[in-house]
Amino acid sequence: MATTVVTQPAGKEAYNTDELIEKYGFDDHFHEHHHGDKFQSNFITKYIFSQDHKMIAKQFLITGMFWALIGAGMSIIFRLQLGFPEESLAWLKPLLGKWIEVNPDTGVGTLSQDFYYALVTMHGTIIVFFVLTAGLSGTFSNLLIPLQVGARDMASPFMNMLSYWFFFLASVVMFLSLFVSTGPFAGGWTAYPPLSALPQASDGSGVGMDLWLVSLVFFVVSVALGGINYVTTVLNLRTKGMSLWRMPLTVWAFFITAIIALLSFPVLVSGFFLLMFDRMLGTSFYLNEIYIGGQALDHVGGSPILYQHLFWFLGHPEVYIIILPAMGLVSEVLSVHTRKPIFGYKAMVYSMLAIAFLSFIVWAHHMFMAGVNPFISNFFVVFTLIIAVPSAVKVFNWIATIYKGNVRYNSASLFAIGFVSLFISGGLTGIFLGNSTIDIPMHDTYFVVAHFHIVMGVAAFFGMFAGIYNWFPKMYGRFMNETLGKIHFWGTLIGAYAIFWPMHYLGIAGVPRRYYRFDNFDAFSYFPEMNQFITIAAIVVFFLQVLFVINFFYSIWYGEKVTERNPWKANTIEWTTPIHAGHGNWPGKLPTVQRWAYDYSKNGVDYVPQVVPLGEGEEDMGRH
Amino acid sequence: MNVTALPEQYESPRRNKIHPLKFALWVGCASLAMMFGGFTSAYVVRQAAGNWLEFQMPSIFLVSTATIILSSITLQLSYYHFRRQNTKPYRMLLVATFVLGVLFLALQYMGWLELTARGVELRRNPAGDFVYLISGVHAAHVLGGLAVLAVALIHAFRLKKFTPRRKLRLELTLTYWHFVDLLWVYLVVFYWLQNR
Ligand code: HEM
Ligand SMILES: [Cu+2]
Repeated sequence: MATTVVTQPAGKEAYNTDELIEKYGFDDHFHEHHHGDKFQSNFITKYIFSQDHKMIAKQFLITGMFWALIGAGMSIIFRLQLGFPEESLAWLKPLLGKWIEVNPDTGVGTLSQDFYYALVTMHGTIIVFFVLTAGLSGTFSNLLIPLQVGARDMASPFMNMLSYWFFFLASVVMFLSLFVSTGPFAGGWTAYPPLSALPQASDGSGVGMDLWLVSLVFFVVSVALGGINYVTTVLNLRTKGMSLWRMPLTVWAFFITAIIALLSFPVLVSGFFLLMFDRMLGTSFYLNEIYIGGQALDHVGGSPILYQHLFWFLGHPEVYIIILPAMGLVSEVLSVHTRKPIFGYKAMVYSMLAIAFLSFIVWAHHMFMAGVNPFISNFFVVFTLIIAVPSAVKVFNWIATIYKGNVRYNSASLFAIGFVSLFISGGLTGIFLGNSTIDIPMHDTYFVVAHFHIVMGVAAFFGMFAGIYNWFPKMYGRFMNETLGKIHFWGTLIGAYAIFWPMHYLGIAGVPRRYYRFDNFDAFSYFPEMNQFITIAAIVVFFLQVLFVINFFYSIWYGEKVTERNPWKANTIEWTTPIHAGHGNWPGKLPTVQRWAYDYSKNGVDYVPQVVPLGEGEEDMGRH
Repeated sequence: MNVTALPEQYESPRRNKIHPLKFALWVGCASLAMMFGGFTSAYVVRQAAGNWLEFQMPSIFLVSTATIILSSITLQLSYYHFRRQNTKPYRMLLVATFVLGVLFLALQYMGWLELTARGVELRRNPAGDFVYLISGVHAAHVLGGLAVLAVALIHAFRLKKFTPRRKLRLELTLTYWHFVDLLWVYLVVFYWLQNR
């Protein structure tokens, strides 16, 4: 249709983007005002209290990786308990101390039951909030929003720095809670009352729960400070020509995620305030006629269901806070590495918006068994099932993007493709659970555990890995090792299915989640081999993640160096910055954006960066 | 908030109608509003569940409502004079706002005492507990507002030049203060509607 004048110059640096930026860019006089670099003048301001979004992104990532190892390590310990309840865990005594109870006669060490619950609880809290929220959204929103919209930094770099340090504070408090003598909180990551509301309810309900609450309040402050910045930067600091419809899907995803977070996390805080009043001032918002040791407490008139409403009003949007950034990363990575424009760009944006909207009106599907009115349940069933529509649109578009693509099978794109597979598998089981009639027998069984680990846990990790492998060159100026990356991918993909696929069967057979052992229940004692198999797969997958961490740190210092600015031949403007971009990102003018981010294989041209002007008569794919 | 780290030293390519920090504050306010939305929804749900103590709101809360509305007006006027560089009324009205803000908190405290005196003490019934909790969390936000007002006061009496950055700071203070004011009005109206 269009007679394009754009031709891709031959040679190593395929496009001279510097020249294009110099010619068409926008001079904001940034460098005249920043004599030297006052933000990064010494070690402390450069590496620790940095206000540069690129450094803050790395801080989020590395803190997230630290937590991921702890969270995953915990799961290995409780999987050992579930897979091999008879084996002695005495060898873990040096690590876990009194939580391993060693029988003085036989020398057999068993995991304390209270600590089993603490491990499950901390595993969930850590992975959901610290790894897949802060580590994922915190890392990539920080890294990519300013770079991809063409901003010097976030709207408020100072608030951005605070955002990281509140997360750090939350981390420190949660970490300390692992060492108190009564143990960390042990009532499940959802912290339902009464276990969370009565300090005397269990060991972890006292100091452990206090620290859990304090940590999460710090965490919400961090999310809010970050989110405010992300939204403002996207709306206010886009460079010339970067209309909304020219933004890469990554930025759309981070933007929508931040809006969801800003609207849902505060409601969790209001729920926490009621909880704190119940805990500390003895009010009865959530507590009603409780007996401890046959003795009635003087709490009357409260409703634990109220907490569930407030929690899941955040809790369900939270799962999309986790998955949307991963979806954005996957969309971008797939497009770049299939050398094809993302299929249905606008449909992708609209479906994210639809998912975001719907995510606020489906929360009670977590409460079908909690005694909510069945008529109200129907409302939630309908909207829950409707979410499958935009989700399916996205899946269709990813597959259509891969279809007949010129796929480069590298670690980044493999993880992106793996994400699509996992999202389908886990999304389908969501549709089962969304029907209240099916959910009633399935609720709180391993079927639910399988559902959300595949669709959220593993899939979000895959999105994150795709992002890390893809943008590692931008972060550190080096590549990660591809061979190790591929081992990491295939092992994790197969391993993750090996762990979670069997859990569907356990769940259908009625095996409940959060049980310390099954062999002394007649109904659930039939599956010892399956549980052993799952545990062994989990251990293998854990070591593959260690391999990834080794690859990550090894590559920071010894990875293959990036020699050209745009190693993936991508269109987005972060690749027009110098390999080691300083503060302010572009050394001279800000780039002017001339087209959308997905002109791949257009009119026979492999790729056309966003800074290249539209040719005469060329169709502008990013018009409104 | 550290205003020196503003990206305002350089021009924005988009010639925004609104300064990024102002926009950020609006977003933050929306987020805080959701928290109070959470409180009031919890209130509605809990009230519908019965076992609910009926009582009149302390009348002092009406006085405090008038006080905080008045403080918003004085702050707005102060800003008006700031823009015209009428130092004296600007300073005086700012002081008045601060005093009214402190008065508001004192009145809230008296309101709690009145509630307790009428037998609606803490722990009696969630109906009363909600009032303490919500007005308490709101008061904490007013306290934050007083802190920014204090900074504004220091500026008013220390700084000589009327710079754009000073104007921005005052405008941010203004927005936040109006927000906590509006929030309280919402809470009072909400309470009235729920307990007619
Ligand atoms: C087609 C879309 C989906 C539907 C219809 C759906 C439906 C459901 C339902 C009904 C439950 C409650 C099960 C129960 O506790 O009995 C559930 C649990 C859960 N879902 Fe989904 N889901 C979908 C997609 C997702 C996605 C995309 C994520 C995350 C990215 C996710 C994360 C979770 C989590 C974390 C839980 C369990 C939380 C817990 O109880 O600890 N789901 N899902
Ligand atoms: Cu949900």
